[in-house]
Amino acid sequence: MQQQPVVSAPVPAAKIKKKSSSGKAFQWTAGIILGVIGVAMVMPFVWMVLSSFKTEAEVKQIPPTFWPESFNLDSFKMLFTEMDFGVYLGNTLLITLFSFFGLLLNAMAGFGFARYKFKGRDGMFFFVLATMMIPGQVTMIPVYLILNSMSLTNTMIGIVLPGFISAFGIFLFRQFMSTLPEEIMEATRLDGASEYRLFAQVALPMSKPIMAVQAILTFIAGWNSFLWPLIIANDEKLYTLSVGLQLLKGQNGTNFALQMAGATFMVVPILIIFILFQRQIIENYNISGIK
Amino acid sequence: MKGSSKAAPWVFIGPTLLLLAVFSLLPILVAAGISLTDMDLAGLANYSNIEFVGIKNYIDVLTDPVFLKAILNTLFYVLIGVPLVVACSLGVALLINMGQSRIFRMFRVVYYMPSVTNVVAVAVVWLYLYNPGIGLFNYLLNSLGLGSVPWLTEPTVAKLSLILLALWRSIGLNMIIFIAALQGISKTYYEAAQLDGATTWQQMRYITVPMMRFAIFFVTITTMIGWLQFFEEPFIMTQGGPLDGTLSASLFIYQNGFQFSSFGFAAAGSFVLFFLIIIITLLQLKLQRKQAEE
Repeated sequence: MQQQPVVSAPVPAAKIKKKSSSGKAFQWTAGIILGVIGVAMVMPFVWMVLSSFKTEAEVKQIPPTFWPESFNLDSFKMLFTEMDFGVYLGNTLLITLFSFFGLLLNAMAGFGFARYKFKGRDGMFFFVLATMMIPGQVTMIPVYLILNSMSLTNTMIGIVLPGFISAFGIFLFRQFMSTLPEEIMEATRLDGASEYRLFAQVALPMSKPIMAVQAILTFIAGWNSFLWPLIIANDEKLYTLSVGLQLLKGQNGTNFALQMAGATFMVVPILIIFILFQRQIIENYNISGIK
Repeated sequence: MKGSSKAAPWVFIGPTLLLLAVFSLLPILVAAGISLTDMDLAGLANYSNIEFVGIKNYIDVLTDPVFLKAILNTLFYVLIGVPLVVACSLGVALLINMGQSRIFRMFRVVYYMPSVTNVVAVAVVWLYLYNPGIGLFNYLLNSLGLGSVPWLTEPTVAKLSLILLALWRSIGLNMIIFIAALQGISKTYYEAAQLDGATTWQQMRYITVPMMRFAIFFVTITTMIGWLQFFEEPFIMTQGGPLDGTLSASLFIYQNGFQFSSFGFAAAGSFVLFFLIIIITLLQLKLQRKQAEE
């Protein structure tokens, strides 16, 4: 926990002179307020996990039990026997894998915009950023129609293709890659390396910090993807975990133990990944330089 | 940058530009086109079934009482949701920024957690919490001697319940933006103020808040655009009910497009929403400029 983050956050201003007793009291008050609200923030997750181990009957009890009477795994087993969560998990992982190809495209574009001067570059970069302004509701229907005319509805490609490009991702890659030292680039060129080798063997490895953050965020976004799989996949064989969970909710509206097991199955892996990599994810927004 | 092959930059940005053209630029043109037609399932099966209807879809959507209700609901979400999200995220950021110990770093993680989780999963969990009979919320209220709340069954309360869930999900990211901005304020300002004997409250009022103006503006704009497109929570939890009480403009567009297959009509609705987003954003920008001049 000691190593410094990518872009070092300045020491909080308070550190300098706030050894006074009023500062201490302030800190204690802040800590207590944050603690109380913090308990409320995590409560839904705690309740979800605890309920997922309860039986169908126990989950409906009034008054509810806090701690499950026994930790039973029936609901989790049902996800795989009664529902097709195995298939949904496979599809979700496949989508996530595909979206890493999109990540590579974003890195390439960021590199292109950062390291070359060519005609129309600034205009095109502005175009990339401008696409962030277009609301999803406007593009939702035409993108469906476009994919339909290419016969890509109900296919894995159709699900992942519209989400490949992240304008914000390109922006971050460009910011980072324009700080790489030009001398190393020139030296590699003098050694006779092509531009593509320069990108793959010099620029990419040097961009490891931003690559790591983007990879984690890509994984989280892929795992959570909901709207496109819902619109594009008619066949249950192509359902992702979130679409499958939506289906489960519709089919087992009153079996809350099963619903909580499904939710736990989706949420807990992401929470673990998030807690492991929280520093990089949170610092990501400091890199973007909003001040 | 000199002497490099001319083709290289295009190889790097080409695929991205192509995908953006097909999935961002072209769709706007297609949407504008079909909003002037009666495109539906029959039209999807055979393009010769599509007929040009002029601005009929726009007239229909603007006189549709359900759409107007959806717009009013959306404005309700914006008016209540935006100030709540900005105030809560800023409040949490200020509190977290006060401490230095490890526990304050842990709070960042705790408050950010809801932002990374899947919306369907958390909606399912909150549906259980909001359940009128066996939900935890009503049980806690009852055991405090208070009455049950019709969380999702009364139109106005249902809107507020969805706002509460969305607030819980959006504090994290905005809080991080605010913390980054807070840490960007130079320490010398505070040192000077302390030498002059300013209290913590005065430092916050006269240094922190003014220096945060841009961050507050940024979060307000992005949050507002987000609330104008409010979709997932009502879609998963209430399907717009009860009595269209939680129906948002985005959900209206989705339902007409993908559940009733009125593509032309829905596309017209999406442009009305787009227009609304642009107007409100421009208004906000103007307001900000005016404030900055003062």
